[in-house]
Amino acid sequence: MIFAIMQRLSQMLFVMFGISLLVFLIFFGTPGVDPAARIAGRNASPEVLAAVRKSFGFDQPFYVQYLTMMKKIFVTGDLTSFVNRGWKVVPAVLDTVPVTLSLVIGAAILWVVFSLIIGVTAAAYRDRWPDKLLMILGLIGVSMPVYWLGEVMNLITQSRFHDSWLFSWVPPLGYKNFSDDPKGWFLTLVIPWITLSILYIGLYGRVLRASITEALQEDYIRTARAKGLSETRILLRHALRTSLIAFVTLFGLDFGALVGGSALLTEVVFGLQGVGKLTFDALQNLDLPVIMTTVLYASFFVVLANAVVDVIYILLDPRVRTS
Amino acid sequence: MILEVTNLRVSFRSERGLVRVLDGVSFTVDEGEVLGIVGESGSGKTMTVLAVMGLITDPNAVIEGSIKFRGRELVGMKPREMRQLRGKDIAMIFQDPMTALTPVYTIGWQIAEQILTHQKVSKAQAWQRAIDLLAEVGIPKPEEAVHRYPHQLSGGMRQRAVIAMALTCNPALLVADEPTTALDVTVQAQILDLLRKLQATHGSAIIFITHDLGVMAELADRIMVMYAGRVVERATRDALFADPKHPYTLALLNSIPPLEGERPHRLQTIAGAPPSLMNLPKGCAFGPRCSRKFAACEDRPTLTSPPHETACFLIGAK
Amino acid sequence: MTALYEITNLSKRFTVGSRFSRQGKRVVQAVDGVSLSIQPGETLGLVGESGCGKSTLGRCLSRLYEISDGKLVFDGTDISTLSTAQMRPLRRKMQMVFQDPYASLNPRRRVFDLIAEPLRIHLSLPDAEVKSRVAGLLEQVGLLPDHAQRYPHEFSGGQRQRIGIARAIALEPKLVILDEPVSALDVSVQAQIVNLLADLQERLKLTYVFVAHDLSVVRQVSTRIAVMYLGSIVEIGDADSIFDRPSHPYTQALISAVPKPVNSEGRKRIILTGDVPSPINPPSGCRFHPRCPVAQDKCRVDRPTLTVANGRTAACHFPII
Ligand SMILES: Nc1ncnc2c1ncn2[C@@H]1O[C@H](COP(=O)(O)OP(=O)(O)OP(=O)(O)O)[C@@H](O)[C@H]1O
Ligand SMILES: Nc1ncnc2c1ncn2[C@@H]1O[C@H](COP(=O)(O)OP(=O)(O)OP(=O)(O)O)[C@@H](O)[C@H]1O
Ligand SMILES: [Mg+2]
Ligand SMILES: [Mg+2]
Repeated sequence: MIFAIMQRLSQMLFVMFGISLLVFLIFFGTPGVDPAARIAGRNASPEVLAAVRKSFGFDQPFYVQYLTMMKKIFVTGDLTSFVNRGWKVVPAVLDTVPVTLSLVIGAAILWVVFSLIIGVTAAAYRDRWPDKLLMILGLIGVSMPVYWLGEVMNLITQSRFHDSWLFSWVPPLGYKNFSDDPKGWFLTLVIPWITLSILYIGLYGRVLRASITEALQEDYIRTARAKGLSETRILLRHALRTSLIAFVTLFGLDFGALVGGSALLTEVVFGLQGVGKLTFDALQNLDLPVIMTTVLYASFFVVLANAVVDVIYILLDPRVRTS
Repeated sequence: MILEVTNLRVSFRSERGLVRVLDGVSFTVDEGEVLGIVGESGSGKTMTVLAVMGLITDPNAVIEGSIKFRGRELVGMKPREMRQLRGKDIAMIFQDPMTALTPVYTIGWQIAEQILTHQKVSKAQAWQRAIDLLAEVGIPKPEEAVHRYPHQLSGGMRQRAVIAMALTCNPALLVADEPTTALDVTVQAQILDLLRKLQATHGSAIIFITHDLGVMAELADRIMVMYAGRVVERATRDALFADPKHPYTLALLNSIPPLEGERPHRLQTIAGAPPSLMNLPKGCAFGPRCSRKFAACEDRPTLTSPPHETACFLIGAK
Repeated sequence: MTALYEITNLSKRFTVGSRFSRQGKRVVQAVDGVSLSIQPGETLGLVGESGCGKSTLGRCLSRLYEISDGKLVFDGTDISTLSTAQMRPLRRKMQMVFQDPYASLNPRRRVFDLIAEPLRIHLSLPDAEVKSRVAGLLEQVGLLPDHAQRYPHEFSGGQRQRIGIARAIALEPKLVILDEPVSALDVSVQAQIVNLLADLQERLKLTYVFVAHDLSVVRQVSTRIAVMYLGSIVEIGDADSIFDRPSHPYTQALISAVPKPVNSEGRKRIILTGDVPSPINPPSGCRFHPRCPVAQDKCRVDRPTLTVANGRTAACHFPII
């Protein structure tokens, strides 16, 4: 067990190292992004440029620059932005984490619950009308772009029908801290949760239906029937249980990616200052320190999520345990 | 008589029309007897017993005829009532023990699940009974074995676990679909031995399917030979092996290389391959491959009357 | 008579798992010190229970697997360490047929191309010649000329096996290694293939290594039979004596375990206890001793080797004959 954890940790370090180096190389390898010129401003004199180069260390050898940046992220935590001078990046990224976590965890609960209901119901009624209806709804959910869906949601709840009884509770866009205002936190996030989860409900519902239907063809289901078990029990205790293995894998990967910043579009539409939004902004003005920090943070979460999936996997599938 | 199947027909609707998989199969099973069903791959052996178990779940299946278990009609029985019979009065053992158990539960859990479904006992009692059953089918250290997952057992041990599960409620009828085909010869010998012992102690009637005539000779009281979804011959074991009447049965017996005595220079073969169920010949299904075909075979033969039943025109012609 | 194939102390080990898995790296000794000599024109039957290493031995013989240890001398050439490229000219003389012909026939190619492929690769014959040879081969294995333009999935199991055989004999090999060629077939079709193989052997002077777990089939086709248990040969001898008077207790139990359709008198059935052990952790001493009805203390520590006694070759301290 200790060994497995160590292995995971070293894997995580390795991934983070690789990714950070890659980001670093790409950044400095891209023509026309001389960071000194950006920092010094449009019409800076050569002397000013040189001074900036010196003060940011751009005149140093490449590996020194890389190591300095890593040190500033991990050890001193005082990395500053290239774009807004003096803006401390690490606390800024840490500030966005609760926002993204709130968004993603809430949406994940919604999508797991609803996709389970949909997947199981569809599989139970496979090839009959409830199945067909649910699968069409799922397909619609999968094909709606999040950005567009978010805008439509906003249009409905914020302006068009905001004054109707149905949506008058919806607070204005933005994020409220859970510790300051739990009710406000909840209310502002309801619509973003729904928006973000719809895609995944559709996707997971369809995946689950497919894997349950596949499991239902297995020999052990026939054994279960021969034992005289009820169809419900066969579906839930045998077919669903074995299908969960695929479901959990998928979930871990998606969850990790979303926490790592993939919820970007949802954050942008609903004005939530999350990790995704931060990365998005940093990419717009090529702010390397921010990009670097968020990328490292994201890879941390993706690897972490993978490790958690592996643990759950071991719990769910005894075959993995002993072989 | 515990089971009476009359004129059972199973067909599947497909794009290319109706595929008749079983065509007028009739047989009976007496209390405590072992009825063997032999036949080549695709002859409908599995389908016959799945129909008895009410386990044909394909929505395109059409089941006609009558299956009476202790006088109760099973064809068209409500799923709820059928479930109460299944696993309790009629139990089944499947061919491939590797895939017949749910991989994520221990075998103890799976046996206890069946007990709890049919009997009003506590969990602890069900668990204890599972241990007893595993001991009875010869699994060493049953107290430990109940906690094992299927993949942790060898093929033979898994098949024992499946058999233990089938025996939980002392079924009156046990259906075994090629229970030893996937096993090694020495393990097969163990399982056949076990089945013989269990049959003596539990007294269940058994329908035993195999394509191996040797295995059949070990276990069956009566044997029914199937070809292309029809019964072609049925007799007691001794009568069938001593005096096979249908040309197909005869050819089947002769195509097995002998284990003793002179080795034949060439094996006897049956020309061609089993017919496709999509376009069966009009008359006798074995006609096109039969070396003794004659004019009468253009019609469909019916089974002669017991004790040695044969569906062949040669019998009447003689 | 000089042997066509001389196998000395052949071993094959597989490494399973990785250093990082829970149980670490483990070594599977799939074939463990096998010595054999195969005479031209004979059929050597290889029997044993699942996992005893029959297929692995077959694949080592045809050098589809790198061997871990030992020496292989085929037709006068030491092939133990030849590279794939160096093996290529020898492949003509040594062919293999597999259990599931469907899996070994490319489903997207026509039967004609499947059979013509070895002819084109090894002999670079002109097209007309290839055509007539393929037609001849199809006829030899009992298929019709117009089958050449069809795809493998259009054939039944028995016909597919015929295609696999046609492919194997296309280059007129000396040795054909057949890995369970009839195990997937129904008895009635199995008999057809067994007869076909016998005919071809007679006509083309082939030598066969015939791997199967069905003892009655092996008895029918073999001149000599080697019985394997956990990677090693425990008994070898001519087919009739192996069946009529087995020398090794395992051979005896194996043969007595086969259910026979015709009741033979006075036959006592030996039912072995336990399962075939795993080649990852083989038992000490004689590999068979935990299941052996006549094992003694010596068998637990001392591993017997194949020895000749009373004209019989068996690896047993206490042979029956
Ligand atoms: N759902 C289905 N739709 C159409 N045909 C089917 C279906 N299921 C089975 N069949 C056909 O029914 C026939 C009988 O099948 P069955 O499984 O009873 O054969 P079997 O005698 O048990 O053969 P085996 O020895 O291979 O197990 C086969 O030809 C098979 O292709
Ligand atoms: N590629 C491989 N990697 C690891 N282990 C292997 C590999 N191939 C075979 N083995 C192991 O080697 C042993 C011998 O296998 P082999 O396939 O030769 O047995 P066999 O006698 O042909 O059995 P069967 O009758 O089931 O075909 C088995 O324990 C198997 O698990
Ligand atoms: Mg079957
Ligand atoms: Mg093999």
